[in-house]
Amino acid sequence: MTENLKIIEIEVLRYNPESDQEPHLEVYSVPFSDDMSVLQGVQYIKDNFDGSLTFRWSCRMAICGSCGMMINGIPKLSCETFLRDYYPDRIRVEAMAHFPIEKDLVVDLSGFIEKLESIQPYIIPKEPRSLDQGEYIQSPKQFNDYIQFTSCINCTLCYAACPQFGLNPDFIGPGAIALLHRYNMDSRDGAAAERMELVASEEGVFNCSAVGYCSEVCPKHVDPANAVNINKTNAAKDYFLRFLSPKGGAK
Amino acid sequence: MEIIKTDVAIIGAGGAGLRAAIAVAESDPGLKVALISKVYPMRSHTVAAEGGAAGVKKPTDSLEYHFHDTVGGGDWLCEQDVVEYFVSQAPVELTQLEHWGCPWSRTEDGHVNVRAFGGMKIERTWFAADKSGFHILHTLFQTSIKYPSIRRFDEHFCVDLVEEDGRCLGVVVIETSTGEFSLIEAKSVIIATGGAGRVFRESTLGGIVTGDGMALAYRHGVALRDMEFVQYHPTCMPVTGLLFTEACRGEGGYLVNKDGYRYLQDYGLGPLQEKPKNKYMELGPRDRLSQAFFFEKQQGRTIEHPTLGSVVHLDLRHLGEAYLHERLPLIYEMAETFMGIDPAKQPIPVRPGVHYTMGGIKVDGRCATSLQGLYAIGECASVGLHGANRLGSNSLTELLVFGKVAGVEAAGNAKSSAPGNSSNLLEQAKAVEQRATELKTKTDGTEKIAVIRKEMAQTMEEGCGIYRVEKTMQATCDKLAELRERFKRINIDDKSSVFNTEWLTAIELDNQLDVALSMAHSAINRKESRGAHQRLDGYEKRDDVNFLKHSEAYYVAGGVPRIALGDVKITKSQPAERVYGAAGEKADQERKESHD
Ligand SMILES: Cc1cc2nc3c(=O)[nH]c(=O)nc-3n(C[C@H](O)[C@H](O)[C@H](O)COP(=O)(O)OP(=O)(O)OC[C@H]3O[C@@H](n4cnc5c(N)ncnc54)[C@H](O)[C@@H]3O)c2cc1C
Ligand code: SF4
Ligand code: FES
Repeated sequence: MTENLKIIEIEVLRYNPESDQEPHLEVYSVPFSDDMSVLQGVQYIKDNFDGSLTFRWSCRMAICGSCGMMINGIPKLSCETFLRDYYPDRIRVEAMAHFPIEKDLVVDLSGFIEKLESIQPYIIPKEPRSLDQGEYIQSPKQFNDYIQFTSCINCTLCYAACPQFGLNPDFIGPGAIALLHRYNMDSRDGAAAERMELVASEEGVFNCSAVGYCSEVCPKHVDPANAVNINKTNAAKDYFLRFLSPKGGAK
Repeated sequence: MEIIKTDVAIIGAGGAGLRAAIAVAESDPGLKVALISKVYPMRSHTVAAEGGAAGVKKPTDSLEYHFHDTVGGGDWLCEQDVVEYFVSQAPVELTQLEHWGCPWSRTEDGHVNVRAFGGMKIERTWFAADKSGFHILHTLFQTSIKYPSIRRFDEHFCVDLVEEDGRCLGVVVIETSTGEFSLIEAKSVIIATGGAGRVFRESTLGGIVTGDGMALAYRHGVALRDMEFVQYHPTCMPVTGLLFTEACRGEGGYLVNKDGYRYLQDYGLGPLQEKPKNKYMELGPRDRLSQAFFFEKQQGRTIEHPTLGSVVHLDLRHLGEAYLHERLPLIYEMAETFMGIDPAKQPIPVRPGVHYTMGGIKVDGRCATSLQGLYAIGECASVGLHGANRLGSNSLTELLVFGKVAGVEAAGNAKSSAPGNSSNLLEQAKAVEQRATELKTKTDGTEKIAVIRKEMAQTMEEGCGIYRVEKTMQATCDKLAELRERFKRINIDDKSSVFNTEWLTAIELDNQLDVALSMAHSAINRKESRGAHQRLDGYEKRDDVNFLKHSEAYYVAGGVPRIALGDVKITKSQPAERVYGAAGEKADQERKESHD
């Protein structure tokens, strides 16, 4: 079987903070079969050529969000990107753009996690309900209002795609705003007004220059650009109301 | 070494660990919680669960039915008092999750919907499309952010427990990003580290499912119970092992052999049903379906695929594209991306793959281990719910029900007990650090991690597969002993401190080898066939006289595990023949009549 395998060259951006001044590329020749993902390609390198090659992965099925990388310059999940689609050309894998590199293909996600935590990503009930009252009722329309924005796997590919995040690392960014929007749109939640402060803040939606690349690279069709957009409009409205309506404040 | 003091330390932030953390925080906001996970919580393997979580919902259903399905499904090796508690709390916990925002799929009138699942008499599986675990995990993770008393240690790898006078009093962790060790002192410790299925080859599991917590408890003298019961899921993607959820069949999918024949009708699961019918045909239990595959293959009736090997077909075509997109969107996407197959137009090649560890750290009905202050929950634990075969969709609910129990118990224990002797605990922690560091710094190693891991997975598949015989099980026990020896000579290329995944993988492999040994020795010791443990060497029948017992594996340093047998708690369901399809319906009827 092995002799049927084709060989692809994988160029990997390496960086070990304890010994390297700066990141550099190394090339490996990897035998592969058509069902092999890019993740399996780098695993092959780790298992056979250099055990120190470092990357995150777990589920192998595009749901845990661990394995994002730049693949030929485009942010992708390496477990659902296939070597066959690049062969016979050389393929380049690098750490996700716009994040500090920790080591090789691993980036520092602590900033992203802080953003997630800052948006109050949980139901703050509009009307509290006890467990013996059973579930909240949600009509199909109410359900459809938010369901799309629940699909985010926190892979941060949209951040690697976002030029504004590249310029301002404090920007809350597409993924977290999509999640914020998910809770705002949920009929069980009543805290949209509380979240508005952040939406309209210096780190908020007005950083966005409407490039839309975030939605293009999103592997789960969350359409974060749409969430950002809607919130721009909401924030503008809110601003307007705050200053012009006698009652003031968000809805 | 940094020392952190907390009240409750939780190892693992999957569904079970997160639910426990929230339970501690809700039961007493004054208690400090350290929630430790080797990956960010939302990467935990709960994320991959597709089908859903079981809890009685329909007016036609009852706790009694759920109880009997579970106990019968487990081939009477369940702790029946535990099952009773579980079925009663299941709907409460699933509703709680709804209040926290879980986007369960709904009916037109806005209520939570339920779907059919294998081995369940009535539809009672709550689902969120086919991303149930994903939604449960993210809902729990996001909700946990609300509680200031929960301090997370994301990307921290737990290497050992520390104990004093028979009490567990903390954990030693490595911060992945720096390689630094810390001692987290705690009055209660909860292990929630998930399953161990990666000791096998083709599995539905993520790379992190390495049985770490089982190995930790085991080395501290706690028994691993019923480890021989490993569930093969009948419908996995060949080679990678990725899962096509049972919901494919719950929604009406067929399994056919090379003649296009729905072969399950020949395995006591018939007669043939056009529409999915609970406990018939494709909705039989997993062990039976995986076993049927084995026999089809033996009879030469599987499809021999040039690159994928022996497979059968999961046929969803008659469900139509629109319905598939609505109910099984992830499955649709996976078939397209990974296999280049449009499931509305072509059948999907599948075969059984390793999926779930029924056994685990032995705990009582309140999730306590034999080591005071140490609790275990979720797939790493054996609370006695699943017996010899888990019913699909019981385990996600288990995370919630027993996650809560453990949280409450651990909180109570933390409040009533005094901290340990810090200098003593620090000494232990330093010894742990030294041992773990030596693994990395030694330079005379020759063995490759990848090679040992591969040989382990290969031998586990051979000896502890769907069907087992003494000879290959013995060969597996011997092979594992050899690998244990060779592990001592392991080589690690990466000597660095920052994000050294090679080193952590070696520690995982060390854990896996101990867990694999407990499985193989428990298996060879069980001289009968029950649930997921099926033998072909003269022990083809269930033997209630000698083996209506739990296996308990005890760690023996430098030797083979000692296997003991423990009693099974039977309350109201006496062991009976385990039957499905028409025969099952008849047996249900008879049981009902005798009760009336
Ligand atoms: C593909 C698939 C589909 C499934 N579908 C269903 C279904 O439909 N219904 C159902 O009921 N069940 C299903 N299951 C089973 C169920 O999902 C699992 O049993 C369950 O999610 C396990 O949850 P857990 O919290 O115990 O462990 P996990 O979610 O695996 O979490 C383990 C945690 O422990 C941490 N950890 C492990 N080791 C260490 C260490 N050394 N140091 C620090 N942290 C550590 C990990 O980082 C992680 O946070 C499915 C399983 C799979 C694989
Ligand atoms: S919005 Fe899409 S790209 Fe961004 S983090 Fe979520 S899943 Fe990833
Ligand atoms: S490995 Fe989980 S998303 Fe790729």
